[in-house]
Amino acid sequence: MNLFIYDKTFEGLLTTIYDALELNVKPDKIVSSNHYQDDLFATKYEVITDTGKFDKLWNVIKSKSSEQNCQRIFKAFLSELTGIEMIIYDYVQLIIKTDYNVELDFSHDAVLRVNNIQKKVGRESHRVIMFTRFQKTIDDIFYASFDPKYNVIPLTISHFRSRFADQKWIVFDTRRKYGYFYDLENVREVTIGKNKINYETGKVDEDILHVSEKLFQKLWKNYYDSINIKERENLKVHMQFLPKRFWKYLPEKDFQNNLKKRVVHP
Amino acid sequence: MNNNTVNKIKILANSAKYDVSCSSSGSNRPNHGKGIGNAAPWGICHSFTQDGRCISLLKLMLTNYCIYDCAYCINRDSNDIERATFTVDELVELTIEFYRRNYIEGLFLSSGVLINPDNTMERMIRVAKVLRTKHNYAGYIHLKSIPGASADLHYQAGLYADRLSVNVEIATEKNLKMLAPDKNFQSIFHPMTAIQHRMVENKEERRKFRHAPRFTPAGQSTQLIVGATPDDDKHILNLADNLYTTKHLKRVYYSGFIPVNPNDKRLPAINEPPLKRENRLYQADWLFRFYHFSIDEIVNDTHPNLDLEIDPKLSYALRNPWMFPVDINHADYETLLRVPGIGVKSAKMIIISRRYRKLTSLNLKKIGVVLKRAKFFITCNELKSPTINEISPDNLKRIILTEHTQPRKQKIKYQQLSLFPML
Repeated sequence: MNLFIYDKTFEGLLTTIYDALELNVKPDKIVSSNHYQDDLFATKYEVITDTGKFDKLWNVIKSKSSEQNCQRIFKAFLSELTGIEMIIYDYVQLIIKTDYNVELDFSHDAVLRVNNIQKKVGRESHRVIMFTRFQKTIDDIFYASFDPKYNVIPLTISHFRSRFADQKWIVFDTRRKYGYFYDLENVREVTIGKNKINYETGKVDEDILHVSEKLFQKLWKNYYDSINIKERENLKVHMQFLPKRFWKYLPEKDFQNNLKKRVVHP
Repeated sequence: MNNNTVNKIKILANSAKYDVSCSSSGSNRPNHGKGIGNAAPWGICHSFTQDGRCISLLKLMLTNYCIYDCAYCINRDSNDIERATFTVDELVELTIEFYRRNYIEGLFLSSGVLINPDNTMERMIRVAKVLRTKHNYAGYIHLKSIPGASADLHYQAGLYADRLSVNVEIATEKNLKMLAPDKNFQSIFHPMTAIQHRMVENKEERRKFRHAPRFTPAGQSTQLIVGATPDDDKHILNLADNLYTTKHLKRVYYSGFIPVNPNDKRLPAINEPPLKRENRLYQADWLFRFYHFSIDEIVNDTHPNLDLEIDPKLSYALRNPWMFPVDINHADYETLLRVPGIGVKSAKMIIISRRYRKLTSLNLKKIGVVLKRAKFFITCNELKSPTINEISPDNLKRIILTEHTQPRKQKIKYQQLSLFPML
């Protein structure tokens, strides 16, 4: 069994695929170094990320398929699903080995698998754009936390940046514990400690909350309750469109009450 | 902004909620440099209420005072309800602050008629104008046009708004006059045509001058109430089709009638809104907008109403068994779209991927075709299974309907066996 170990970056994964193709070894498993468990009988290959190799392979993929297709591969990688490495390996290998452009051959398993996964990631990133809620702090920074299934923040930054160009904002992924800060000029990566943010409720500490914030949350909550037409109630569709895992950071769903309800009293 | 505003937002959201239009798509207004907001052409929903409808726009009324007395409307003059009016500044601040927190995609402003249509329309335009010019706001704005307001005001509204809408509400003029004595078709279609002409002119202008101001880039829409009058589906869909083709409307919304004024003798007494019928109308609407169906294929003199039990596409297929089974590997796009269980996306994917190899039912399943439905209407690169022609349309309908009513397979519950069952 051939086991490849890489550093969990996209560059690292493509370097791995490059190495495997160059050595003419078919990997049975590709794992990131933090998921790696020692395997007695495997032949191990530890891959050192090399941007030169990455560029070379990436350019080959670009020349053999469209720009959109490259985006698809990157999106699929962001899903962080177990086994995604081998799915991408199969796909990249297929692209390289065939003479024509395979990206639209949806009757081929390798193509369809990558396509379906990237679709899920795209959907999740759209949901993040929908359900992000900013809270204004005393220093006029708009803060939002979210907790998406896949690592989709990189896909949402350009949207937030062009939309909220005249306000400082932070978006923070509480699951992966990193986020981005926009200071009216540039976007840069940040991490925030637990003393300022409650990871559980996604709320900013009361002391640094802007005075008007509570009022606008109240206005929004009231608006949300009044716009509902009771005669048409349809909870099934409601849950389908607004999955429960997003509720905890939504002010209109009254996050704290929901948390309280979930506590089971002995 | 204080508790008074909280009260106002409750009253005026409550008054505005029966307008179903909510889309925020179709406009591409970029954020130049340092303004606030942009309009995303695909539209974004930001929340969903318990009735399953999306909240994309902040849907509010400027005021719910109204001089008109339309039977179907909750805000009519003779109703004894709480009334309130927003000031321009309040609405602007609410929009900006909600937008900055990513609660909403833009503003949907409608209004009761205060003193006269022109006066009300002017106030609404002022809200849009302040947002656009003073706050440099490039998010979405949808303005409801007030029937009877002057052409000049409609023109001004179009310069600031992304979408304008005039509600037709009732599909025949006779019934409209009965329910809304102050309205007639002319006061509705006149502004609609004026807006349409302005849009065509604007398109021409922008072709010549790149910086000519945009006029309602997301077009106009309208709403029809379903179930308040005895109009049949054929009538409603023909009107909708007419509006799409002659007035170039972007959307026609169908709103199941909700009896908000139960004591009015002119309205039918119903217990619950006709939601199923509304749903079928939307499905039919989609068929002629995206599935290349013509209107008489869906409703005609022999079938003036849509079948509530099955969707309009399936019902078309059952009425026309001669065109099935369709060969997946050879049929053209339009024919594929007519197969129940194949949608726009899967039809496109079939067309693309059959270039590489002949497709089997396994491929179809993976692509996303609903084989449970489609299997009666297709042949592919496999042995034939019984199709609609062998089964006969009537039997097929029965088979499909029983599928719906059968309960889903229940999961078997496992439980740990007791070690000493005798004790």
